[in-house]
Amino acid sequence: MEIPYVTEPRKDTGLYNSKVGIWLFLASEVMLFGAFFSSYILLRVGAKEGAWPTELLNVPIGTFNTLVLILSSVTVVLAWSALKLNKFDQYKFFQAITILCALIFIMVKSFEYRDKFTHYDVILKDGTRIDGHCVEMEIEKPDEEKPNDVNLVYPMKSPAEKGIQGRIVLSHPVRYPEEKGNQGRLDAVDTIKRRERAAKEHGNHESDPGEHLTISMKDITWMTNWGPWANTYFAIYFTMTALHALHVIGGALVIAWLWGPGARMWKTDPERYINRVEVSGLFWHFVDLVWIFLFPVLYLL
Amino acid sequence: MEATQTQVQCEESHEAHPHAPGFWRQYIFSSDHKVIGIQYGITALVFLLLGLLLVAAMRWSMAYPEKPVPVLGPVLEWTLGDVAPGGVVSNSLYNSLGAMHGTIMVFLAIVPLAFAAFGNYIVPLQIGAVDMAFPRINMASYQFYFIGGVVMFVSFFIPGGAAQAGWTSYSPLASVIPTNGQTFWLIGMVLLITSSLLGAVNFIATIIQLRAPGMTWMRMPWFVWVQFVSAFLLLLAFPPLEAAALMQLMDKVAGTSFFLPTGLMVGGQIASVSGGGSPLLYQHLFWFLGHPEVYVLILPAMGIVAEVISNHTRKPIWGYKSLVYSALAIGFLSFIVWAHHMYLTGMGTKISTFFQTTTMIISIPSVIILTCLFISLWGGSIRWNTPPMLFALAFLPMFGIGGLTGLPLGFNFSDIHLHDTYYVIAHFHYVVAPGTIFGLMAGIYFWYPKITGRFMNEFLGKVHFWTSLIFMNLVFQPMFIQGMSGMLRRLPDGGAGYSAAANPDTIGGLSDKVIALNIPVSHAVWALGLAQIPFICNFFLSLKYGKKVESDNPWKATTLEWQTPTPPPHGNFVKAPKVMRDPYEYSLPGSKEDYTPQNQTA
Repeated sequence: MEIPYVTEPRKDTGLYNSKVGIWLFLASEVMLFGAFFSSYILLRVGAKEGAWPTELLNVPIGTFNTLVLILSSVTVVLAWSALKLNKFDQYKFFQAITILCALIFIMVKSFEYRDKFTHYDVILKDGTRIDGHCVEMEIEKPDEEKPNDVNLVYPMKSPAEKGIQGRIVLSHPVRYPEEKGNQGRLDAVDTIKRRERAAKEHGNHESDPGEHLTISMKDITWMTNWGPWANTYFAIYFTMTALHALHVIGGALVIAWLWGPGARMWKTDPERYINRVEVSGLFWHFVDLVWIFLFPVLYLL
Repeated sequence: MEATQTQVQCEESHEAHPHAPGFWRQYIFSSDHKVIGIQYGITALVFLLLGLLLVAAMRWSMAYPEKPVPVLGPVLEWTLGDVAPGGVVSNSLYNSLGAMHGTIMVFLAIVPLAFAAFGNYIVPLQIGAVDMAFPRINMASYQFYFIGGVVMFVSFFIPGGAAQAGWTSYSPLASVIPTNGQTFWLIGMVLLITSSLLGAVNFIATIIQLRAPGMTWMRMPWFVWVQFVSAFLLLLAFPPLEAAALMQLMDKVAGTSFFLPTGLMVGGQIASVSGGGSPLLYQHLFWFLGHPEVYVLILPAMGIVAEVISNHTRKPIWGYKSLVYSALAIGFLSFIVWAHHMYLTGMGTKISTFFQTTTMIISIPSVIILTCLFISLWGGSIRWNTPPMLFALAFLPMFGIGGLTGLPLGFNFSDIHLHDTYYVIAHFHYVVAPGTIFGLMAGIYFWYPKITGRFMNEFLGKVHFWTSLIFMNLVFQPMFIQGMSGMLRRLPDGGAGYSAAANPDTIGGLSDKVIALNIPVSHAVWALGLAQIPFICNFFLSLKYGKKVESDNPWKATTLEWQTPTPPPHGNFVKAPKVMRDPYEYSLPGSKEDYTPQNQTA
């Protein structure tokens, strides 16, 4: 016996099965991202005065990515309506743009990630803080037993104490000489605010685009790059955008599969094929909608 | 949508090989809801037994601290290594056992059995559907569950052992215990959440879309209603826990500080974390799932009990509409009571007052349900002496005890005294063990003839019932006394080395008598374990030696699952059913038999 309402809608609900399924799934997704947004609010509200960094992300790039996703949202609808009007070639064209947009989005996002992962924050032995882009790093790590690092909680040590030797070269270094006397990582939360303050108070902080600063590991008490471990802001930025990016990739894979090998169904069962395109489109809109919230929350506020 | 493709493929292969879908396709990678239901059921029963074994070892440590476990001690040392030196349950092993007992019982045993197993097998039959709406997604749901279970189980055998931070896995404790067991736990949870998400979507879509003609909402058996509500709870409450698990996983493997506060000290040293996180946030996210989960545990059992009681009293269930609306009310309210688990976290009295109020309100629909089930007995022609009915009847007072003892915990002032004591343990175990598990046992004895075509042995069933009932109460009643005397949970020596025990005469001191109760309780736990042996034997032996059913409807029931061949074939119904009447039309005046099936016309 066949399962009913796979293609044609059930009379009293007006929906076919997978449409019910995708809406339920999206409801659950709303709760998932809702929990992350709630966590963002609670962490930000609970942060120490001035400890929550702002204006660290590149707004023009973010805006560009937002527009890319909005465009893909338009083309995904156009593709579906073209299919409804029996214009298969037009559908192919529009959906190709959707997939292209997804690729552009992910590419731009990965450049943004790279930019942050190569940005280093360093505290020297004399207490000076410096941050800048790492252009070169040569280090030697001993094949040491990692003490107790299953839980990543270990006493703070400088690179020298860990036996790490070598040097790091930073471009666009910014110094914060007035921050002398800082002990280490726990104060790193404030670094970003300090950077803003330095920029405001000194007008031109000690930054020279041409300058490349080489620092020896011997002189460093503590350093980190701007990964999720740098502070809570980056933690939630990376976690949320990575989860969103996984959704983009997943959605794009489904759309691409329907666009390519899955399109055979257009010949055998066009109604069901249109349903599939519609369902994948609904998911795609949700993914875009999440970004519409993520962009202002992480880039602008 | 992919699911239906399977259907097509299945039918193609069916045509090619009319009699042989092959062992793997039929029993392991099946997309038939009945096979998946049985897979879920058997896996969950195995985990239920494992959970019981874990607690048996814990109770040894509590009754006879620092003494090697008899018989099984060498096995523990051999399999688990350092955490069980000389066969003694060490403190960290005790913590692992406690954390995994809770996790396994809740996420791998009870919910999969109550929701996934019974739901998968029974719901499509009761609404007259040929299968679930998305059979292939259904199969994936079981596979995620199975892999999640394996990940959880394997974590016992890694260096450092399984997770030790309790089934609630509070941060920062969970992040600083030096074992990768916590990482396994988190990955296992993400898999289990994925599984239940797929299951929940499937259940709701099936119930909305695949009801047979004439099966209106108010003609659905109440069991279908409670599964519907449970599915919504899983769908909407689990994602925040998934978010919490992902964030804790980031804390664990990527060095973030979502839940690690500034200035966190570990082992007397400032931990190298960026700080700024919120431990309270984790608790909110956890209990946002945690409380609705309680109702996912209890609602399906209530549904089973209602089916059994209606059938065995030969009259319609009393107050069907009240039951439906109460289930819906519980579903809604269960989302706004979560912080009653957190009165002592310092979140503030105003918030406590809000959650105390909603907690008291949610007890109303629960009481309505229990009252309806009790009144259903009134004036019935009760066939009380069968295993399903015995378990269903015992469910009522046992759940009553569990529910009523919850009230002092729901008031924030009395919770101050009782929080984290054995009183809490006794309370929620009364709800889940002699409550839910009895309901599930009733379901197993009740539907076994439909699934296998044979009855389970009645005598063994009664032995199982009476011994279980007695030992359950011997286990949990003394815990109320211990808890009210102030004995705390999570102590590997049962409180003997606790400062309260050293000064028994001071206020809040623990007397020897209270601590000595640990020994009889432990013996009762082991006896309870032995009491399951008749059930296990019965379960397997009845497959071959059980009394054969004489008709497809051996209990003379009204709902649609009994109007199928026994066992139901792929596709379930010989003829597409058409529903003509309400679900519990027993003893209709003027009808020849004392039951009128839902699809019977006149």
